[in-house]
Amino acid sequence: MPRLVSHPDEVKIVTRRFGQGAANIDRYLELGGYQSAKKCLEQGPDWIINEMKASNLRGRGGAGFATGMKWSFVPKQSPKPKYVLVNGDESEPGTCKDHLIFLHDPHSVIEGTIIAGLAIGSKLGFIYLRGEYRYLLEIVEKAVADAYARGFLGKNIFGSETEFQIITQSGAGAYEVGEESALMESLEGKRGVPRIKPPFPAVVGLYGGPTIINNAETIATVPHVIAMGAESYAAVGTPRNGGTRLFGISGHVERPGVYELPMGYNLKKMIYDVAGGVRGGRKLKAVVPGGSSTPVLLPEEIENLGMDFDQVGKAGSMLGSGGVVVIDDQTCIVEFALRTISFYQHESCGWCIPCREGTDWLKKTFTRFHAGFGTASDIDNIQHIAQNILGRTFCPLGDAAAMPTLGFIKKFRKEFEDHLNGKPCPYARHEELAAV
Amino acid sequence: MSSETMSIFSPRLAARFDALVAKYPVKRSALVPMLLYAQDEIGYLSDAVIAEVAERIGITELDVRNVATYYSMLRFKPAGKYNIQVCTNISCMLRGGYDILDRFQKELGVGHKGITSDGVFSLEEVECIGACCWAPAIQVNYDFHDELKPELVPGILEGYRAKAGFPGDGSTSLGRKAEGKAPHA
Repeated sequence: MPRLVSHPDEVKIVTRRFGQGAANIDRYLELGGYQSAKKCLEQGPDWIINEMKASNLRGRGGAGFATGMKWSFVPKQSPKPKYVLVNGDESEPGTCKDHLIFLHDPHSVIEGTIIAGLAIGSKLGFIYLRGEYRYLLEIVEKAVADAYARGFLGKNIFGSETEFQIITQSGAGAYEVGEESALMESLEGKRGVPRIKPPFPAVVGLYGGPTIINNAETIATVPHVIAMGAESYAAVGTPRNGGTRLFGISGHVERPGVYELPMGYNLKKMIYDVAGGVRGGRKLKAVVPGGSSTPVLLPEEIENLGMDFDQVGKAGSMLGSGGVVVIDDQTCIVEFALRTISFYQHESCGWCIPCREGTDWLKKTFTRFHAGFGTASDIDNIQHIAQNILGRTFCPLGDAAAMPTLGFIKKFRKEFEDHLNGKPCPYARHEELAAV
Repeated sequence: MSSETMSIFSPRLAARFDALVAKYPVKRSALVPMLLYAQDEIGYLSDAVIAEVAERIGITELDVRNVATYYSMLRFKPAGKYNIQVCTNISCMLRGGYDILDRFQKELGVGHKGITSDGVFSLEEVECIGACCWAPAIQVNYDFHDELKPELVPGILEGYRAKAGFPGDGSTSLGRKAEGKAPHA
């Protein structure tokens, strides 16, 4: 069972039922569950969307798009059925927050899905979990069955004339399927390759019908926004960045874990205070602030950095999925970069040539470089390849590979140069990584 | 196809498939989970599994293969009864994921995608499994094991060996010291 952590600075909104047995529907009801869905059923779609807009809730998957805005793009009248799609394909390295939501509070996801359905006038929602999360899927499936048994899902939810059904779905191993259009392809029983946009899913999505796709944490947050009121929720965060975030702090810290902190919380404090500092009293070398696709930050860049979408963006990186990966001073950045790019090379679906070929060339170059066979021109060439992936693919996986690569070179150029002259990396020890 | 008489799947799985294809607005949406559930029961996607899934969904075997080859969890050859998946992605790597992988390789005498001769275990180095804050982590089939240390590896193997009905003779290296290289991290 994954360890739960806590810290006095946490503001427990989304995690407030964690560790309290809320996967049980009676317990969830005791803890105030399904009241928000009932309220939304009474208030109607316009009210819900206005609340979501006022809450400043932004997508927790990584892009940070305003949730209320996204929902408002769905046409009111549609000849085709509309769908809600919950993205629980959590696969961004450094990210394990949805894991805990499904484990401790699956009904919050169900309730959020119902509310999203009411907001856009959909009768069917899908909750898609990555294939590796089988034990969590079973928890969610049990919760869905319980919700049906109570009449919270079905033809007449909460005794009303409104219908809403939920189907749970398992993936089978694919990072790319976490991209919204690839997710729809997978759900349609196809290879998870991305679709070109426009049209955007809000207009032409799953089975060609208008579809909203939200991250599981976003959806789990929705009932809380309704329960506490949009303005109270927005007040927790910073301007245009409402509420809290489940920050997953991993890597070289004393107390790794998922902490729910207000948007805008200082990153340095998060590492040194909340997570107990760098392990073994070592020095901080670098931080990946929002999952492996976000450009690395140096210790001096996090001094006054508030963790919200806008401030991290200004600092030249991204808040991403909230997965904070802490790297100490005894880590080889070239090896870290190699492991990062190896992941994207493995996960590139092969649909867009710049990503398919670019990630492969990057992996090959990094591998050779780290093994001590690099040349001075490799460093510029790595940048050149990354630049040529950036913005040239259907989906953001190409960018996700290129952006951190450029960050590593820009901020640790000297460390790359230290790998030249035929010397293997002083930290190298993994033959399988070092072998070309 | 009458799922009762001709199916290569158990009656329970066959019934689950019938329910699954009926559930979606479009039958084909059942494909990906169906392949995974079939693999869980049969062990891998054999030609017979692919043929039956194709027939149940009403698409060609080629269509099924085309989709199945995309997903990293789906396999076309048997794995061990217990498939050990060691994450070495960044969060796990920083906390010794490669030491865990090394230890499993040493204990089992097999490498990436290898199967032990008794068929009880197979080993895989995998990408992020969503347990970054409890790293290093592995999955054995669908079970997670978090916050691992190399010295915990023999005990994990013993546990599964006992489950498989192949209790070890005690000669596995429970008592042997890990010969790990100096910790990198």
